[in-house]
Amino acid sequence: MKNVLCAVAGAASLLISAPSIAQTTLTVATVNNSDMIRMQGLTSEFTAKNPDITVKWVTLEENVLRQRVTTDIATKGGQFDVLTIGTYEVPIWAKKSWLVPLDKLGADYDVNDLLPKIKDAVSVDGKLYAAPFYGESSMVMYRTDLFDKAGLKMPESPTWDFVVDAAKKLTDKSGGVYGICLRGKAGWGENMAFLTAMSNSFGARWFDEKWEPQFNSPEWKKTLTTYVDLMKQAGPPGASSNGFNENLALFSAGKCAMWIDATVAASMVTNPKDSKVADKVGFALAPNTGLGKNANWLWAWSLAIPAGSKKVDAAEKFIAWATSKDYTKLVASKEGWSNVPPGTRTSLYKNPDYLKVAPFAKLTLASIDAADPNKPTVKPVPYVGVQYAAIPEFQGIGTQVGQQFSAALSGSTTVDAALSAAQSATEREMKRAGYIK
Amino acid sequence: MARMVTTRRKAISTAAAWLVGFLIFFPILWMVLASFKTELEAFAIPPSFLFFHWTTENYVTVQERSDYFHHALNSIIIAGGSTLIAMLIAIPAAWSMAFSPTKRTKDILLWMLSTKMMPPVGVLVPIYLIYRNFGLLDTRTGLIFILCLGNLPIVIWMLFTYFKEIPKDILEAARMDGATIGRELIYVLTPMAVPGLASTLLLNLILAWNEAFWTLNLSTLEAAPLTVFIASYSSPEGLFWAKLSAASTLAIAPILVLGWFSQRQLVRGLTFGAVK
Repeated sequence: MKNVLCAVAGAASLLISAPSIAQTTLTVATVNNSDMIRMQGLTSEFTAKNPDITVKWVTLEENVLRQRVTTDIATKGGQFDVLTIGTYEVPIWAKKSWLVPLDKLGADYDVNDLLPKIKDAVSVDGKLYAAPFYGESSMVMYRTDLFDKAGLKMPESPTWDFVVDAAKKLTDKSGGVYGICLRGKAGWGENMAFLTAMSNSFGARWFDEKWEPQFNSPEWKKTLTTYVDLMKQAGPPGASSNGFNENLALFSAGKCAMWIDATVAASMVTNPKDSKVADKVGFALAPNTGLGKNANWLWAWSLAIPAGSKKVDAAEKFIAWATSKDYTKLVASKEGWSNVPPGTRTSLYKNPDYLKVAPFAKLTLASIDAADPNKPTVKPVPYVGVQYAAIPEFQGIGTQVGQQFSAALSGSTTVDAALSAAQSATEREMKRAGYIK
Repeated sequence: MARMVTTRRKAISTAAAWLVGFLIFFPILWMVLASFKTELEAFAIPPSFLFFHWTTENYVTVQERSDYFHHALNSIIIAGGSTLIAMLIAIPAAWSMAFSPTKRTKDILLWMLSTKMMPPVGVLVPIYLIYRNFGLLDTRTGLIFILCLGNLPIVIWMLFTYFKEIPKDILEAARMDGATIGRELIYVLTPMAVPGLASTLLLNLILAWNEAFWTLNLSTLEAAPLTVFIASYSSPEGLFWAKLSAASTLAIAPILVLGWFSQRQLVRGLTFGAVK
């Protein structure tokens, strides 16, 4: 009797424990944007092919996610198995050995199909530390009807002089149309993303080769003066609190003749469901001053695995699926080619089906190609990153400087005072962090 | 004549009170309205107030994408649990400090308040490490514990001020009549302290319900309350305003209903002792 009981108990425990050994649950931390939400909706396609893996999603607002994930990875909390991180985090975290190099993505993954600039941005020393899910640069979106009416013709690669002139000519404040809409809301990822990219085109840089801040340079003065004057004369009221969403709303409602922002906005402003000007939008490269750099940035939301994760194999399988060519085809078959995640693979920009529905594809690719995170500025710099310097201190410094520049835009301080405050704040932080003495 | 002026004054002050009330309530009303708009209408310029195409699609999308009831249940358990434990600790503490003060009582009260002066982010990493080591990350127990600790100083202070208002002579009279400590507590102290206790309980519940720093940082999936639910709909790149409004409306609904039904106690408690 005792033996029978033991046998039954043993069999029962095997039955109970068998599925729990085989099943791996992945917790994926991600940001809230349409492409990620779409991926969340398609998870069942992945789990159907991998019945031993369950995927759970933690979706958070970008800044909340960044803080949450940074705390967890720095303390090795082990709460997440797959992280969504940007090109800013990848080089910093890879150097701290916080990320697992992705070298087992499978034979059919085709790493060489990734756009070279995007691949560079998520690699350190030639090793891929994150797989790009979607990539973006920035470009000019403009109203073709207003340009035609004013007899203006937008060049494919306009200069700042042209953009400033056109913005002034197209401004009709009584009719509620403003020549240009640009970011003004303070934040390292808000106005500073735009202004840093803009400063690159004016020949400015954040730091010289010895990490000395450069806000006292004539190039920065020219950048900020051009920006503030342009926005005062041709920008919408209250621009110092406008970010991506506010400008998207303004442009979609027909209030802006030009808008320079992320290339992902192109699919939103040309979508008749969300935009009143869907059929009147043209695209051009972000402006330059003839120095060889355009005012465009480079960013990719990418999937990475935190070091110390006990589910590396399953996580890598998931990442390979989500960033593969097959995933792009899957989205296209379910939701159409216009909804596939853009900006990561060369093959997408050769696909006639995609090019047919995405009039902005050519310019998106040209913008991504025009940004170089390893050589972002006219003069040499010690950092990587186009619209940021990839050092841990940049988030704090960038936001402080952003507040000064936002104040200059709203008129509560002058351009000179803002630049000098930015210079001293950056010097102080860089001394404290030990970059300079 | 005098009567007419009074009526007019009454009418003016009533209208003014309604206007102020409406202004304060307007952001919440706007959020509720936005939750019934399409994304395009939610950011339309000029905004439409009532005449738009009403839709419940945002609520459907929100429920499809995330499990509201899972988050709401977590919020109820975490806010309710932390409030109850805080009250259990705070009532005896405040009672002893109010009725048998020593010369250090004031220092202790100030010290407790001083713990609220430190920004929570300053202790995020140590707390995160402790929670990791004790396996408390993403658990309701962990969140109840941290919210209880965070709110204790305020609860003790509030209760202390309410208890201070109760005249000691009444307790002495009860003792003269032979009441034991237990009877004194139940029959004399409790009835007089109920408005204070109720308003402290409600305020603590609201504070715990709205707490966003610790709940966002220490929870992932299993213990994630409604604050995480809202944070998943905010986005700096892409329009999610209507969905965010729907998520926020769902998140505040339970506490709004509770506040509506208990507003009498809340107001009475907050103005308790003001006439003295």
